[in-house]
Amino acid sequence: MAGDTIRVLVAKPGLDGHDRGAKVVARALRDAGMEVIYTGIRQTPEMIVETALQEDVDVVGLSILSGAHLELFPPIIEGLKQKGLGDVIVVAGGIIPEEDRPALKQMGIEGIFGPGTSTSDIIEFIKKAYAERQGRT
Amino acid sequence: MPGKSKKEWQEKTLKPILEKRPERQDNFPLSSGEGVEILYTPDDLPQFDYQEALGYPGEYPFTRGIQPTMYRGRLWTMRQYSGFASAEESNRRYRYLLEQGQTGLSVAFDLPTQIGYDSDHPLATGEIGKVGVPIDSLEDVETLFSQIPLDKVSTSMTINATAPVLLAMYIALAKKQGVDPSVLEGTIQNDLLKEYIARGTYIFPPRPSMRLITDIFKYCKDTVPRWNTISISGYHIREAGSTAAQEVAFTLANGIAYVQAAIDAGLNVDDFAGRLSFFFNSHNNLLEEVAKFRAARRLWARIMRERFQAKDPRSWMLRFHTQTAGCTLTAQQPLNNIVRTTIQALAAVLGGTQSLHTNSYDEAYAPPCEQAVTAALRTQQIIAYESGAADSIDPLGGSYLVEKLTNNLEDEALAYIEKIDSLGGALSAIEQGFQQREIQESSYRYQKDIETGRRTVVGVNRFISPFPKIEGLLRVNPEEARKQLQRLSRVRESRNQSRVDAALRGLADAARGDGNTMPWFLECAEAYATLGEMCDVLRGVFGTQRELLVV
Repeated sequence: MAGDTIRVLVAKPGLDGHDRGAKVVARALRDAGMEVIYTGIRQTPEMIVETALQEDVDVVGLSILSGAHLELFPPIIEGLKQKGLGDVIVVAGGIIPEEDRPALKQMGIEGIFGPGTSTSDIIEFIKKAYAERQGRT
Repeated sequence: MPGKSKKEWQEKTLKPILEKRPERQDNFPLSSGEGVEILYTPDDLPQFDYQEALGYPGEYPFTRGIQPTMYRGRLWTMRQYSGFASAEESNRRYRYLLEQGQTGLSVAFDLPTQIGYDSDHPLATGEIGKVGVPIDSLEDVETLFSQIPLDKVSTSMTINATAPVLLAMYIALAKKQGVDPSVLEGTIQNDLLKEYIARGTYIFPPRPSMRLITDIFKYCKDTVPRWNTISISGYHIREAGSTAAQEVAFTLANGIAYVQAAIDAGLNVDDFAGRLSFFFNSHNNLLEEVAKFRAARRLWARIMRERFQAKDPRSWMLRFHTQTAGCTLTAQQPLNNIVRTTIQALAAVLGGTQSLHTNSYDEAYAPPCEQAVTAALRTQQIIAYESGAADSIDPLGGSYLVEKLTNNLEDEALAYIEKIDSLGGALSAIEQGFQQREIQESSYRYQKDIETGRRTVVGVNRFISPFPKIEGLLRVNPEEARKQLQRLSRVRESRNQSRVDAALRGLADAARGDGNTMPWFLECAEAYATLGEMCDVLRGVFGTQRELLVV
């Protein structure tokens, strides 16, 4: 139902410990009135899918800076679908080269935010995608 | 013209002007958000005592530098942090950099190597060779340093939880090359406290980690006496978003914890303190950064002399490596990064660094390509040979502003250290989330300042313009990971398994007991036991650490 609090899982797949961005985004989303769960670092795709299910989130935000996104994002998207969470909005941020983005978008990652992105752009993107999702159901 | 004070100037000359024409910003923020003043004069340094505050280069409290000749004797070591894809590719890059006039090596390891997993571990999926070189066994280290004589080069390794493994492999390789370990020069980062605070590549809980660190101090004292046994790092604390004062404070507080741990383990302070080294960030604000390096040097000298009663002047010296600030690099208009890096590198040189890494302009996209890393190295050479900045010692010493900021940063850092002491020391404060929370506050404030336009980032929130797509980005071929897996299985098949098993058992026993673990790491390395096998043994004995999560 539109107007409900948006629940977001901010997750860090892979082994990199660069969590500055994930933490800033988590806090900015919280300040924007969303409910945010942050997984912490070194999450496997299975752990992220499981948390998304347990926490009944509307949005999953993936942050990765190690370059393992092409290997680690597909099993997350796949896992979400298998658990009946295909409707969850997935966005990603970190160091994700331009040339990899079309494939990731094709796969179902709706927004990809690189270095220098303003948190207000991310907030706006999520709110819009969420409103569209609500409008549809 | 005797006796006009700064206050009088502000009242009589400055104020009327400001009433007519205000400043262009209501605040000119330093890293903390505090504003820098419009002018500094002798009035900002009452009771300034040259000898007490600065002294001479090579003398306590080393504010002006740790050596009497500084860069007139020998320039800083130009050391580009590098490693990717495979040992073979990385070796090619090292030899290229040495040919281009680099004077030391700095090894970047991939994440599985840093976190103690072999390349065939499921968690290594997608990570092999991405952010550094993958090392599974001594064989990879042999390839990494192929045609590089270890007695002719100094090598810094950014390795922490698995530092004893990599140090053992390096010593094993030296022995194979016929080089006596006693002549080896280099550094292992080996700083776990900052991993819990900011960098995240810990494996074991803090107490066994501290024990492995002190085992290395003890072992190196006799066997590898010219090795820097730790590089106590503020770099990653700053990258995580801290202020300059927090960077100094949390780093030196970690330093205090290591010194205390070694003393508690029975070492005499002067037997190991001279081998401690430090690693700082160099951020955008040129003068604040110069003051930061000076403040850190003076504060550490005082801590070592007064708090720990060290007698050997070498124990008082804060020797440090610097890397320019990766977090300031922008994906937008990437060539601007060369300019940022130049200013940051200049701050490190004016601040008296012992070695320096300059970031490459393409690093908001990928690990640097050869053209980018060459430009970064040339930046150091231009500062060294063309700018004149290296030709006199501490050239900004005596600037009213720099001296005042040096005093302020030392005072702020000291206040943090006292706070950390009151929380039971660095480790206890980390367990309470103190440093993490402070850094997160600063990092969030910094981001807000950019988004509100209070801070300008050229090309990002001001002066935005289209820019050409960056060419020639480095991309690790997935084929490299497959080849690494093949190499690993070949090593496992060709080695003497019973020697490996015995060595791993010996390591387990040493870890359970209180003997030094280092000789067993060396035995494991020489037997071609893998990094993952050694770490599995230790995980069995020590357990693993969960994230000390604060958001």
